[in-house]
Amino acid sequence: MSSTTTNIRLAGVGGQGILVASEVLSDALLEAGYDVKKSEVHGMAQRGGTVNSDVRFGHKVYSPIIPEGLTDILLAFEHMEALRYLPSVKPGGIVIANEQRILPASVTSGNAEYPADINEQLAGRAWRVISFDALMLAKEAGSVRSINICLLGALSRFLDIDASVWEAVLTRRFVNKGLDANLKAFALGRGAVGD
Amino acid sequence: MLCLPASELVRVAGGTAARRSAGVCRRLKTVVLFSGNEAIARGAYEAGVRVAAGYPGTPSTEILENIVNYESIYAEWSPNEKVAFEVALGAALGGARSLVTMKHVGVNVAADPLLTASYTGVNAGLVLVSADDPGMHSSQNEQDNRHYARFAKIPMLEPSDSQEAKDFTVRAFEISEQYDTPVLLRTTTRVNHGKSVVCLNEPAEVPIRKFEPDPQKYVMIPAHARKRHLAVEERMGKLREFVESTDLNKVEWGDTSIGVVTSGISYQYVKEVLPQASVLKLGMTYPLPEQRIRDFAAKVERLYVVEELDPFLEDEIRALGISVIGKDRFPATGELSPERVAAGFGLEVTASSVPTTNVPPRPPVLCPGCPHRGFFHVLRKLKAIVTGDIGCYTLGVLPPLETMDTCVCMGASIGNALGMKRAQPSDDTRPVVAVIGDSTFVHSGITGLIDAVYNNTPVTICILDNSTTAMTGGQDHPASGKTLRGQDTYRLDLPSLAKAVGVEDVLVVDPYDLEAVERSLKYATQLSKPSVVITSRSCMLKTKQRPAPVFVNTDICTGCRLCLRLGCPAIEFTTNKEGKLEPHINPTLCRGCGVCIQVCRVGAIGRKQE
Repeated sequence: MSSTTTNIRLAGVGGQGILVASEVLSDALLEAGYDVKKSEVHGMAQRGGTVNSDVRFGHKVYSPIIPEGLTDILLAFEHMEALRYLPSVKPGGIVIANEQRILPASVTSGNAEYPADINEQLAGRAWRVISFDALMLAKEAGSVRSINICLLGALSRFLDIDASVWEAVLTRRFVNKGLDANLKAFALGRGAVGD
Repeated sequence: MLCLPASELVRVAGGTAARRSAGVCRRLKTVVLFSGNEAIARGAYEAGVRVAAGYPGTPSTEILENIVNYESIYAEWSPNEKVAFEVALGAALGGARSLVTMKHVGVNVAADPLLTASYTGVNAGLVLVSADDPGMHSSQNEQDNRHYARFAKIPMLEPSDSQEAKDFTVRAFEISEQYDTPVLLRTTTRVNHGKSVVCLNEPAEVPIRKFEPDPQKYVMIPAHARKRHLAVEERMGKLREFVESTDLNKVEWGDTSIGVVTSGISYQYVKEVLPQASVLKLGMTYPLPEQRIRDFAAKVERLYVVEELDPFLEDEIRALGISVIGKDRFPATGELSPERVAAGFGLEVTASSVPTTNVPPRPPVLCPGCPHRGFFHVLRKLKAIVTGDIGCYTLGVLPPLETMDTCVCMGASIGNALGMKRAQPSDDTRPVVAVIGDSTFVHSGITGLIDAVYNNTPVTICILDNSTTAMTGGQDHPASGKTLRGQDTYRLDLPSLAKAVGVEDVLVVDPYDLEAVERSLKYATQLSKPSVVITSRSCMLKTKQRPAPVFVNTDICTGCRLCLRLGCPAIEFTTNKEGKLEPHINPTLCRGCGVCIQVCRVGAIGRKQE
């Protein structure tokens, strides 16, 4: 499998702004000069089900979907979803997880338990785990809907993309649509990653 | 700026080495990241298309949603795919380049005009986009629509990324006009919804060709059609010559011990896992370039065909007497993927070293506040035979609602109910109820309703009217009162329509009012003639109304779990401080529909005061 391609998987629950986040990420990568492909599924999956979007970049990208087990960075918008997609992360990969919980029907109905030791399990596989409460940071930024951009901020610490590119791309997308909150959420997310 | 940890990610995620030399497009700043659907819309614009029509269906929907960005194109949602195809054909005969879009099963609906449009040919170009859904991400089957090209005897192009989706759309119009034929542009979910880099061009100026009457060509009575069938066969001969030389097909020579014939998204997977192999990449897959396949096969040691779904290419190649490895290695069911293709070539697949832990499943559910929820809760009590249809409400089959017995295709609920009723033994007194959405009813439910009245079959037809085509993302339709471009238009009046076709009992209820729903259903299902119950309430995703959220008074709650039978994502059953399981309502999810208030027998659920 081609090794010059970097694989980022965004995963979470329908309605969390995952597709918008992967758009912004792809636009930034394109602007930074990479070949980019992204893939996701619309339709029935969006009705409160699990949603994922694959973003791949490098010199020349072929498959739009990430070959199983080759995810370099998993960006999980919901804590349990990080666990669901953990097997797709390659040994030595990075997991960035929002600690927010969105309970699935199986849990709300009392038929299943929400997993308790998520961060421990993540650490068992990934080279590095960054786990924080993006909902809290998004609230601090002024909009609960900016969770997705907050998580992108954390992801940006691992990508070679100039701050000016991120700012340009975010400005294009959110001008007149809560730009200030999104820029702030991005900065807070970026700050959530320790050195 | 760069805070990369010392890992191999530094190599892969950074550095100018991985960056692509931009080319002319990037310098001109005309390079964009487009989904296949955005690219097809752009291709139509660049090809000078004047008319576009379609019916929403995953994964095709966004083509028309993006075409409205181009003012020069008249674009419409048609009531169904057959009408959409006829509109596009009419426009093409009228001299305007025309595009028609639909999902794979939509082509079944449009097949009647399609197969004869092959005989009439076109005047200006006509391109049909069939967006197939291998893996059935959001479909009831995974039929392989490449067969339609052979069936209708029309040329077919298969793009493998967004750039090709745009370019092939333009090429399809050229082929359509050059060979006087509709052209099938066949895509799959990963091409439609995958995004990749596209270079934009300026639109072409394509004048309208005047319509000159030509009954021998356009009026398909038997005497004319017999001659046109000869023309179709003659055209196939010319297309077989064209396909041998077109640059839509190309050979990428590499190691000749393995040669792969492939097309569409499968090409990308082959390049991903076997970058060194020789590849015959087919952009035009009907008719096939026999000589080029023979030449390629002769120069490689082992010939493989990698294609999703049916052995379409494989069967044709075998018929040429060429031995080939195909479906015995690459499955005919489901989507292909890099790892499935790798496995087919016997390559090592990266195996996951972590045991998968038990992560609770998260299947799709009806949204909080969805008007369908209360309806199904009541319908369940009737213990009826429920024939279902295609839409969000098909989720009514899943636990905890579990109130649907059939789902086949668009509009089938009504015909299925009529047949079910006719087959029912006299000692089986269960009412027979059809459940269909507003958009689906307009698409192909009306004729079924006419049958119910015409033959006086005592079934109850429930039209769940949420004023949108919800499952595909909320598209307008004739009963929503808006056009594709969002302009106000006449709103088809469903109760009047039902009465006009002869239904005497038409009941309209608010699905948030469970008592009214129950009363209506009980009345309607006891009649000895056909009846219609229309539940009228906007899709929760379309309405801005937000009544105050509701809450559970845990002092009153007995923990009976009846509210959980609604399957509302906002109702959470969690352990409290004393370790006792009790419900509470997540205020950020609750849309205040109040259905759970009506379901609770002890009055433990109330509405917060504003």
